[in-house]
Amino acid sequence: MVILMASCPVCDADIEIAADTVVGELMSCSDCGCELEVLELDPVKLAEAPETEEDWGE
Amino acid sequence: MSAAGIAKVGLLHSLIRKDEKMLLDAFKRANVAPVMIDDRKLIFDFESVPEVDVILERSINHSRALHALRLFESAGVRCINSFDVARVCGDKMLTTAALAEHDVPQPASRVAFTEDSAIEAIEQLGYPVVLKPAVGSWGRLLSKVNDRDAAESILEHKTVLGSYHHSIFYIQDYVEKAGRDIRSFVIGDDCIAAIYRTSEHWITNTARGAIASRCEVTPEIADISLRAAKACGGGVVAVDLFESSSGYLVNEVNYTMEFKNSVDTTGVDIPGKIVSYAIEEARR
Repeated sequence: MVILMASCPVCDADIEIAADTVVGELMSCSDCGCELEVLELDPVKLAEAPETEEDWGE
Repeated sequence: MSAAGIAKVGLLHSLIRKDEKMLLDAFKRANVAPVMIDDRKLIFDFESVPEVDVILERSINHSRALHALRLFESAGVRCINSFDVARVCGDKMLTTAALAEHDVPQPASRVAFTEDSAIEAIEQLGYPVVLKPAVGSWGRLLSKVNDRDAAESILEHKTVLGSYHHSIFYIQDYVEKAGRDIRSFVIGDDCIAAIYRTSEHWITNTARGAIASRCEVTPEIADISLRAAKACGGGVVAVDLFESSSGYLVNEVNYTMEFKNSVDTTGVDIPGKIVSYAIEEARR
């Protein structure tokens, strides 16, 4: 499986991005634990995931 | 349907959580590429017609889902779930009304609009009761009210600090449920799986740490789950059940159901069955 590399926008740790990752996907930084969203894949761009809003959920 | 007769399914989403990733894997296994529609980028012009046969709604925001479904349906696109299902399931008061209209057993509940009438309603039911936001999820802002002091305090806080919809007081009888409830999964006319959600806390949402374990879909569970789903408009829903001394009671019906903790637990390919249902609907 092809793995892309990116940096955590919070702590700058290296993060592996699996080949089947999609735009909008949530992931966690294994170093700082921050929840991240994949904004772009070519090149990979990550951002802190949005905070939970009042009407989120099932 | 495309010229080649291939069903086109739009996947309405915002963040891609594990549940949506499992749906994407299921689409891949079905050799269908969904049209990805990010609700954060949507602009409706009340004229254009999306080039999809069916929308499978997976938005994380209830408000966006509700409005988008109405507008997609206005443009002639069938949606799973429909706007009406989202409207009813997204509001506990409307769910209660729908269940009552179809004689589906549920905990006793009251709705009141002022602090004084809410206190009266609470004391009609008797302590303890549960105060819930009519619109809300993941067990957030639920209050178990054990006595009048707590009731007065919580009602005042909701009135003063809450946004306007917190002044619609939805009050439910507290059901002793021995540390667990049941979540069943309904797709169309089938109750495909169920789990127990067990917690030492009185709130048994898995989003709040409850542990999922397999629950056999008995004829009784299937029957009340299908009746609840039908009362709310059908489609793809998850039904939360209490086991009470008088039988099963429907607590809630969820229209953008989360299932990531339930696939391994039940051994049922829930995302695969949702995708199959969406593809069949698109071909219909």
